[in-house]
Amino acid sequence: MIPTPDLSHLSRDDYDQVYEPAEDTFLLLDALEEDAESLKRSKPTICLEIGSGSGCVTSFIGNILGPSVLYICTDINPHACQCSRWTGKQNKVDIHVVNGSLATPFKHRLARKIDIIVFNPPYVPTSEEEASGAQSSQDIDGAWAGGRDGMQITNTLLNCIEKLLSPCGRFYLVALKQNDVPGIIRRMHEAYCLKGEVVHQRRAGREHLFVIRFAREQ
Amino acid sequence: MVRLITHNLLACHAKDCNTNNFPLAFKDVQLEIREAEFNPEFLRGFLPKLEWTALVDTAKQLGDTSLPVEQPEMLDDEFLKNLHHVLLEIHVEEGSMTCPNCGHVYPILNGIPNMLLAEHEIG
Repeated sequence: MIPTPDLSHLSRDDYDQVYEPAEDTFLLLDALEEDAESLKRSKPTICLEIGSGSGCVTSFIGNILGPSVLYICTDINPHACQCSRWTGKQNKVDIHVVNGSLATPFKHRLARKIDIIVFNPPYVPTSEEEASGAQSSQDIDGAWAGGRDGMQITNTLLNCIEKLLSPCGRFYLVALKQNDVPGIIRRMHEAYCLKGEVVHQRRAGREHLFVIRFAREQ
Repeated sequence: MVRLITHNLLACHAKDCNTNNFPLAFKDVQLEIREAEFNPEFLRGFLPKLEWTALVDTAKQLGDTSLPVEQPEMLDDEFLKNLHHVLLEIHVEEGSMTCPNCGHVYPILNGIPNMLLAEHEIG
């Protein structure tokens, strides 16, 4: 059993600005814990979490894989960047944080070099204006407002994933039923030959949540 | 807390800036040296992912000349310790990074590089 990262250093004030780990986060942690042994066996060098918020997920992965991996986090929200860094420190995981959108600052240098990519996106269906506005305002609304079908932000990343993943790399994505999980899997296969598989799902209140894992077809 | 390992992975991603956009040039930096745990296994694994010349040149600009111009074949402890220091112990706390191609400036605030672009700059 891998312990849930210690978040006691974060306060209500932090959670006014940064998404507080909730059911979707814990579902993702469960999926990663289930994959712990195979993740270790894959001997990853670089792990990138996009939209890392509190930093809970990368700290958890850091506890699984130890110090021989470079842990990078990006977030558009500067306060989330600080929180990710503090949470890494609190849990003795050395996290390298960049205030940026998705993986774009790394797309030139890390093409086909990233072994683990993790994204718990803003997946809640909203108007397109609401999602775009939330991204530009760089605040907590960007953690959930997902635009049309809740896929506006996710779709942008999905189009870059194949270019970033290392030959044996894996990509973990959190999705909501309304995001059309079978459709996501089908499109990723047709467009990029990436094989997607639902590794975990759970109903939490009104949300039916999924974790999809993508990898190249071997 | 931009360290040279992160810097070695960041390139300018502004619209239409696709060549000569790496490495970003540090400017007006405030440095801090903080000890980190030495992990030779990590360094050996990471070496193939580094752009060596960019790393050596950037370290030199920040006043560290401990790395050889050519990546050595023998990875002895002295080399790995120097590499460890350059990659993980030099922290750029404040300053900026400028793209050598388009001149875009990415500020470093409270140790975190701001790689965000304005809407019209996104490719």
